[in-house]
Amino acid sequence: MFPYIPNTDENIKDMLKAIGVPSIDALFEDIKLRHKPRSFNIPEGKSEFEVIEHIKRLASKNVAGLIPFIGGGYYDHYVPSAVMALASRGEFYTAYTPYQPECSQGTLQALFEFQSAICALTEMEVANASLYDGGTALYEAVMMAGRITGRDKVIMDGGVSPIYRKMIRTYTSNLHYEFRETPVVHGQSSREEIEKLLDEKTAAVILQNPNFFGTIDDHADVIEKARHLGALAIESVYPISLGILKTPGAMGADIVTGEGQSLGIPLNFGGPYLGFMATRKKYIRKMPGRIVGETTDRNGQRCFVNTLQAREQHIRREKANSNICTNVALCALQSVIYMSLLGKQGLKGLAQLNLDKAEFARREIEKIEGVEVKRSSPTFNEFTVYLPVDASIVAEAMIHKGFAAGFPLGRYYKGMEQYMIVAVTEKRTKEEILGYVKALKEVLA
Amino acid sequence: MEIAEHLLYTKDHEWINIEGDEATIGITDYAQESLGDITFIELPNIGDEVEQFGDFVSVESVKAASDIFSPMSGEVIDVNDDLKEDPGLINRSPYDKGWIARIKLADPEEQSNLMTAEEYAKFLESVG
Amino acid sequence: MKLIFEKSVKGRQGFQNPRSDVDLKAGIPSQYLRKVDCPFPEVSELDVVRHYTALSQKNYSVDTQFYPLGSCTMKYNPKFTETVAAIEGFCNLHPLLPQLKQGEKFVQGALEVLYHMEQLLCEITGMDRFTMQPMAGAHGELTGAMMMAAYHRRKGNRKKYVIVPDSAHGTNPATAATAGYEIVSVQSDQNGVMDINDLKDKITDEAAGLMVTCPNTLGIFNSEADKIAEMVHAVDGVMYCDGANLNAILGRCRPGDIGFDVVHVNLHKTFSTPHGGGGPGAGPVGVKKKLMPFLPISMVDRCDDGTFYLNYDYPDSIGYLAPFYGNFSIILRAYAYIIMAGEEGLREVSNHAVLNANYIRQRLKERFHPAYDRLCMHEAVFSASKQAERGVHAIDIAKYLIDQNMHPPTVYFPLSVKEAIMIEPTETESKETMDRFIEACFQADDLSREHPEAFHGLPKTTPVTRPDEVKAAREIHTNYFQNR
Repeated sequence: MFPYIPNTDENIKDMLKAIGVPSIDALFEDIKLRHKPRSFNIPEGKSEFEVIEHIKRLASKNVAGLIPFIGGGYYDHYVPSAVMALASRGEFYTAYTPYQPECSQGTLQALFEFQSAICALTEMEVANASLYDGGTALYEAVMMAGRITGRDKVIMDGGVSPIYRKMIRTYTSNLHYEFRETPVVHGQSSREEIEKLLDEKTAAVILQNPNFFGTIDDHADVIEKARHLGALAIESVYPISLGILKTPGAMGADIVTGEGQSLGIPLNFGGPYLGFMATRKKYIRKMPGRIVGETTDRNGQRCFVNTLQAREQHIRREKANSNICTNVALCALQSVIYMSLLGKQGLKGLAQLNLDKAEFARREIEKIEGVEVKRSSPTFNEFTVYLPVDASIVAEAMIHKGFAAGFPLGRYYKGMEQYMIVAVTEKRTKEEILGYVKALKEVLA
Repeated sequence: MEIAEHLLYTKDHEWINIEGDEATIGITDYAQESLGDITFIELPNIGDEVEQFGDFVSVESVKAASDIFSPMSGEVIDVNDDLKEDPGLINRSPYDKGWIARIKLADPEEQSNLMTAEEYAKFLESVG
Repeated sequence: MKLIFEKSVKGRQGFQNPRSDVDLKAGIPSQYLRKVDCPFPEVSELDVVRHYTALSQKNYSVDTQFYPLGSCTMKYNPKFTETVAAIEGFCNLHPLLPQLKQGEKFVQGALEVLYHMEQLLCEITGMDRFTMQPMAGAHGELTGAMMMAAYHRRKGNRKKYVIVPDSAHGTNPATAATAGYEIVSVQSDQNGVMDINDLKDKITDEAAGLMVTCPNTLGIFNSEADKIAEMVHAVDGVMYCDGANLNAILGRCRPGDIGFDVVHVNLHKTFSTPHGGGGPGAGPVGVKKKLMPFLPISMVDRCDDGTFYLNYDYPDSIGYLAPFYGNFSIILRAYAYIIMAGEEGLREVSNHAVLNANYIRQRLKERFHPAYDRLCMHEAVFSASKQAERGVHAIDIAKYLIDQNMHPPTVYFPLSVKEAIMIEPTETESKETMDRFIEACFQADDLSREHPEAFHGLPKTTPVTRPDEVKAAREIHTNYFQNR
C-alpha cells in the first residue's frame, strides 16, 4: 500500500457506510464505462530506498565534478547552509499562498522583507513578491510598459540575454508588439542606433547591465533620451553585481527586472529560479504579480497582507494585468535569507571578490597566445574571450579536461563563432583558474 | 438605501445630474455599498470623449474591480481630484462629495434611455 | 514582530565570504559604481536563524495543520523527495551544459528524467507528448492557449474567442486574454456542470476552443465531457483541460481519451511537490498529435543508440516558454513520487481523495447547504447561505476554523456559488482528522445560531487578527524603505 494514505479497511468501511454507498467504485458513477482509460500502464511502485537508489544512478549519468566557468546569466555562487536549513522548514515549505493572513504572517512578512531587499538592491521604490524567472519577469515588464504608455513599439538592446529575447518574442507572438533590436558596440549599448529608433510610438527600451557579454554600462543617458519621448526604460540586472555597480534606480530606470538565482538558489538544471521586478511607486497598479503590503490589524498591531489584488486574475479575470497566479514564494524566501546573511558588507565584499577573481582570470587568459580578452569596456565577473578557433570546439575539448570553460557565443550571435563568455565567481580558486589556463593552452596547442 | 430625487439613473447604478448642456456623474449609494470600501479610482482625463453606456472609469475595492459606464455621451470637462487622495468619499457621500466627473453633453436626447429616481427604486426592488 | 532590517546593528555580519587568494584588487571607473552601499540588514547568523524560525512559526502548513484548501490539493509532501532533489549530480547542474557542442553527453541522467517523466505523464493523461517547460499551472495554461492560437493560425482558421464555464478559475479567462482571445462564459446547470444548451448557443465557427477544468471547480465530473468535445471539434475548436483536479481521476479516466487536445498538470498538486508558500510549482502541458508541431522548444528526444538529446528542430514551435527545460528540480520530485506510487499507488490516491471528500460532504450537509446535493469527486463545495442569514459569512467560519488550529477551506470560490466554502481534504488525511474538522464546522454552526456576533472577534489565537485590508490598499506600504 502507498504509505501516505492513512485510511484503514475499517475506516473505509465506516466512511462508505456514512456516505451510503457500497464501494469506492460507486463514488465514481459519473465516470461512465465509455470514459475508462484505454491504458494506464505505469510501472509497479517502489520503496523509498529503491527510488533514491534509482535516482542516484541517474544522477551518476551526469558528468560530475566539472569546474564551472560557465554563466550566461546563471551563476555558481556559494549558498550558505543556513539558507536551506531555514527555507526547508515545513511551516514555510508546505504552506500555500497566504490567503488567510492571520495564519500566514510568516510567509507574508518574509515576502515583505524580500520586496524591501529588492528595493534596497535596485534603489527602486516598489517591488513585487517575485515572478517565475528573469525571462518571464522581463516579458511581464514589456506588457506593463505597454499598459502604461498605450504604445506597442519596443527596442531591445542586443546585449540583453538572447534567451530572454527569444522568450519575449514567444510570449508576444499573439499580441501587437513591434520589436526592434539594436547592436552592441564595443561591448556597450549603441546610443546611435537606439536614438534612431526611439520615437513617440516607443513603449520601452530594454537594456541589461552587465549585459550578456559581461560588460558594464551606465545607461543614464539612454534612459534620459527615452523619457523625453515618453518611453519607459526597462533594465534587467544581475543582483550580485549591484553590491558595487551603479543601480538601475540611480540610472533612472522605470522598470527593473532580474534573475535572482544568484541569491541563494542552486542551478537545478534550469529551475526553479526567481524572477523579480521593481518599479516606481506611481506604476504600482500596473505591475503584475503578488504584492504584500503592511497594515494594522483590529488591535492596531502591525501586520502584512496581500494587497492591490484587484489587479490580479482571480478578481479581474480577462482584464487582469497578467494571468499569473502565484509567485515563487519559496525562492523569494531563500533569497531574502541569503541577502540577510550577507548583509551590507557581505554583499559588497562578495561583489568585489567576484570582480577580483574575474580580473585575475582575465589577466591570465590574456597571456595565452592567440587568445584575446575584449577590454573595450569594463566587466564584472564575466567577460568575452576571442579564440583562434571555433569556441564550441574549445568548450567541448575543455570538458574532457574537467572544465565547463564558458559559453560559446556562436549559438546566439551569428559571426561570433570564435567568441566565448567566461564567468568567474567567488567559488573559483586561484588554483582552479590557473588549471583552467593550463588546460586552455593545451587545448589550443 | 438612499436614492436622490433629482437625478437620472442607469441599470449599472450610475447617476447623472444634468445642468443645461453639462452634467455631473457618479455612482449610486447601492453601487458603493455593493463594492465595499473603495480603495482606488482611475479617473478619466479631461478632454476624453465618452459614449453613452461606454467604458468610463474603473474603481477598485479590496476584493473587487468594477467598470463604471458613462450614463450619457460627451466630453470630460472636469474630474473630482479629491478622489485621488480619498476614494472613500464615494462611500461616504456618493451623491455629493463623491462625484466622479463632469461632462459636456453631446446629445441631450439620450436622457430618454435613463431611469428617474422612482423608476430606479423599482429597478432596485426587482433585482433584490 | 520586527523586520529583519529593524534588527540591524552596524558592523554585525552573518556570513564570511571566501578569502581572496588572487592577491589583486580590481577597480572599475567610478561612473559605473554604486554611490551608497546596499542597505541590507547587518545581523548575525543566529539573528537570521531565530528571525526566520520565528516567522515560520506564524504560518499554518500541511506539516503542522489540516489544510483542506479547495482546488489546491494540499496533500502531504513526502520528505524523501527533498532528499532526491538535493542529490548533488542534479542540484548543481548548469542548464547551459547541454547547449555546448556534444553537451548532451554530459547531462544524460537529467535528460533521462525529463524523457521518462514525459512518458509517465502521457500514460497518466492519455496525451501524445508533453512539454516540461511551463513553470506553474497558469503558465501551463498560457502555453496551451498559445499552441491553440498557433494551431488556428496554421490552419487559417479565423477564431475570436475562447469559451470558459462560469465556475472557471480566474486564470482561465486571464490566460485566454493574454493569448489574444476574447472570452465567452457558459453557465452551469442545476447539476453543477456546463449547461449544454447555453454551450450550443455559444459555439460558433469563431470559437477557438473551450477551457474547462476536469473534474470541474465544483468538484464534479461532467459525464458529457466527451460529447462536449465532439461539439467543440465540430467547429475545429481545441479542447483544453485544466488539470488542476487530476488528483480525482488517476487511473479512472484520462483527459486524452475523452476528447481533450491539451491538458496541463499541476505537479505541485497531484504529484505532491511542496507548495512553498505560493510557488515554485510546475505545470507541464500535454497535447494530442494535432498540436505536437507547436510544442515549445526544446523537447527531449531519444537517439537510436538509446541516448537522449534536446531537439530544437520543431519549425512550427511556438518558441521558448522557459529559459531552459522547466522547473527541473520540481519535475524531479514529482518523478520520484510517481515511480514510488506506481500504478496501484496512483489509483489509491484518487480512490481515497474521492472517498474522503464524499465523507466530508455527506457529514456536513446536515448543517451546511451543499452547492449541489450529489456525489462529488475530490472536493465538496458548500454555501454558507444558511449561516449568512444569521449574519455569519463564509469568511467568519474560516476565521473560526483558524482558532480550531486548522487551515480554512477555500472561501468565495467558485464565484458562481454564493458564500462558497470549498473543501478538499486529499487522500493523505485520516478519518480522525476529518472528524475533528467536521466537529469544528458543527460548532461553528452552533455558534452562528447562539452568538453570531461572536464571530466578529475571531480569530483570537493568532498573532494578528482581521488585518485592515482597506488601509493596506489605500496607503500602499510595500517595503521597509518606502517612508525613510
